[in-house]
Amino acid sequence: MLSTLVAVSAAACSSGSSGSASAGTPVSGGTLSFALASDPACVDPQQFASNDSIYVTRQLVDSLTDQDPKTGKIVPWIASSWEVNSNATQFTFHIRQGVTFSDGTPLNAQSVKDNFDAVHALGAKATLGSGYLIGYQDTTVLDPSTVRVDFSKPSAQFLQATSTHSLGLLSEKTLAQTPAQRCQSVVGSGPFTLDHYTINQEVVENRRANYDWGSSLFDHSGPAYLDKLVFKVIPEQSVRTGSLESGQLDAIGGVAPDDEPGLKTAGFTLQSRVNPGIVFNLQANLSRPIVSDTVVRQAIQKAINRQQVVDTVLSPDFKAATSILSSSTLDYANLGSELATDVAGAEKLLTDDGWVPGPDGIRVKNGQKLALTAAWFSNFGPNQSSLELIQQQLKTVGIQLTLKEYSISQGTTVQKGGDWDLLWVNLTRADPDILRNNFSSSLTNYGRIPAGPLENALNAEAADADATQRATDAASAQKLIVDNDYAFPVFELTTILGVSPKTHGIEFDASSRLQFHDAWKSS
Amino acid sequence: MIRYLLSRLAQAILVLWAAFTLSFVILYALPGDPVAIMTGAGTGQSTVDPAQVEALRHQLGLDKPVPLQYWDRLVAALHGDLGQSVTNGQTVFSVIGQNLPSTLLLTSLALVVAVILGGGLAMLATYTRLSALRQVLLSLPSFGVSVPTFWIGLLLVQLFSFRVHLFPAFGNGGPVSLVLPVITLAVPCSAIIAQLLARSMDTALAEPYIETARAKGAGRVRIHLRHALRNAIGPSLTMLALIFGELITNAVVVETVFSRQGLGSVTAAAVQAENIPIVQGVVLVSATIYAVVNLVVDVIYPLIDPRIVTRRSTRVSAPAVTVSA
Repeated sequence: MLSTLVAVSAAACSSGSSGSASAGTPVSGGTLSFALASDPACVDPQQFASNDSIYVTRQLVDSLTDQDPKTGKIVPWIASSWEVNSNATQFTFHIRQGVTFSDGTPLNAQSVKDNFDAVHALGAKATLGSGYLIGYQDTTVLDPSTVRVDFSKPSAQFLQATSTHSLGLLSEKTLAQTPAQRCQSVVGSGPFTLDHYTINQEVVENRRANYDWGSSLFDHSGPAYLDKLVFKVIPEQSVRTGSLESGQLDAIGGVAPDDEPGLKTAGFTLQSRVNPGIVFNLQANLSRPIVSDTVVRQAIQKAINRQQVVDTVLSPDFKAATSILSSSTLDYANLGSELATDVAGAEKLLTDDGWVPGPDGIRVKNGQKLALTAAWFSNFGPNQSSLELIQQQLKTVGIQLTLKEYSISQGTTVQKGGDWDLLWVNLTRADPDILRNNFSSSLTNYGRIPAGPLENALNAEAADADATQRATDAASAQKLIVDNDYAFPVFELTTILGVSPKTHGIEFDASSRLQFHDAWKSS
Repeated sequence: MIRYLLSRLAQAILVLWAAFTLSFVILYALPGDPVAIMTGAGTGQSTVDPAQVEALRHQLGLDKPVPLQYWDRLVAALHGDLGQSVTNGQTVFSVIGQNLPSTLLLTSLALVVAVILGGGLAMLATYTRLSALRQVLLSLPSFGVSVPTFWIGLLLVQLFSFRVHLFPAFGNGGPVSLVLPVITLAVPCSAIIAQLLARSMDTALAEPYIETARAKGAGRVRIHLRHALRNAIGPSLTMLALIFGELITNAVVVETVFSRQGLGSVTAAAVQAENIPIVQGVVLVSATIYAVVNLVVDVIYPLIDPRIVTRRSTRVSAPAVTVSA
């Protein structure tokens, strides 16, 4: 029952059964109470990043850019414009004037430089930001409102990274504090300011009255509608749901698929968005003898019935995967036809390859059984049921799948150890560059994928300053992963919120995290 | 008396050391480490450069040999430094300082309620002449002991917060928010008290001195309260220290169910994050409270039963507090 599990990376955009479309004219004022499933642990957007901490910190800071959840395009926020050099190693930003932090100090080119330097210095404590700054060289202040960021190698993903909370801008005074102090209190330039954070209890934020530099994506300019935002930490799922239904809360996060029907019946809005990034998939370990057989991998790809997993285990808000990237990711390419289920085809492939069914139905070739192990973590409630269904689906074509559960803390050890044929993973990010994290042969490369055309496509994507060219390279990387069966995509993670009928305008950003600037409550 | 107190103090120190060591061993036996959990942000997947992960591990001293880490932590603890939270760098002292008061308030109130509820039930069951009522009353405690705490909590929330909007379902919002958690926490403990007290009341009421009192013309109430209870209360008092330990352990569950700030919810989160300094800090605090309560019970014992002074050497010594998540 102490399921304080942070659902993998709940990011959410704005498709699906979005419900809290603004009903009527927004009114100013009021307090919105939102339930988090776990303690945020840290209120510094640049450090520790769980879903719940991101919901809290996103409201406190502005970013250089913003990302349109509908198109994935990067648009102005604190930077009014920017230039990127041809191989994406140099980024020049022109900073909007007149922006101040809530302690009154100005936000200028120097503060931008100091922020990037600070994230870089945080190292592994910047759980997301440090990945965005791999290859970071330095930032140069060209004039009070212009900065240039230099990387030692191509980093096209950096532009999208500047739109995230992880590179959100903090005041000089905050940056001068220790990481521990910053976890308790930060000063940003965002639409809300931190009132207080009480561990395991609540985070309270107040509207910044003179806020006037919102993202170009916000529905309205000027300060936020709400006077106050209260994030309550409520670990127990049934208490979150019950408190929303009994009017003690305005909105809740961490809604599980099996909670959805009840909330819907009770008249609550379910707001959902597909998380961008790598979908839930079984990644192949090519160093294992059976998995290295391309025919076996082709057969697995055909044997999995993704729609059945969605229909049986999840809810209508979820979608079957149609690529290794989810449909809400920038430069996603629809490969649905290549991921169609074909049980007869899978059986034929295996039979033609010499795998014949043994007495227990499991196929055998040269005395070797077609038996695989899949490692998984309980980072998302429905993982087990999903995998058990896939186990059944593979058994139908004569493949035996053994499931091995590990604790989340064993994540990196298990991945590095490589004692698995298949690995159940997903990863949230609104940029196609996330593919390099799992599939580049030059990075961690847990799947032991050989360098080749995929590596070339990934390197090209990382260096493309031109958006059109980048989309082409990202699409070919996705196609190479699916065509070579390096991974078996299953479903797209979806972030689901439960929202009271009186609460409106909570927006999913491009990473499927929440923005409360346009949120309001009707009486 | 001084010598006796010194020996009790030595015992308490031994208990603290055992609790410190045991919690360290248990957390180290768990797979993974806090840095892996942190950089994976609960996903099991990380985008952090492995070299930077190693650097952070080094900074936190997690790359040292385990015996050396244990020694460093022990020496620091003896100097009054319990370290910092691995997750956000907050000092263990400030985490405990923020959370201890609300847990102490919760557990103390629960103890009072448990004593009233359990004691009242035992007294009523042993006083009544209706055997049917006695049967019903005496069967309640075994029910109370066997029902899981979180189930009681969720049931109370359903009934008195979601159905009838009497009490809040979560948070530390003043006296009203304490009602349901206190009851939840008090139920299992009151059951233990009721079972124990009813049994010793029965024993006491069968003693010859009760006959004597009755022969002298004492009324039933007087016999019950003045003669029997005075002699029967001993075992329950001894159990009080154990019960207080039980209350602190159950606070982990109750604080999580009711989303309350406190040592219990801190423990639950810290165990999940394998945040060793925090868990050890909480264990030390709990063991200290435990030892103090034991000592207090020891000291007030002779006041109730003067015979005890000469033969008080046998006493329940505090076992190490178990860490449960």
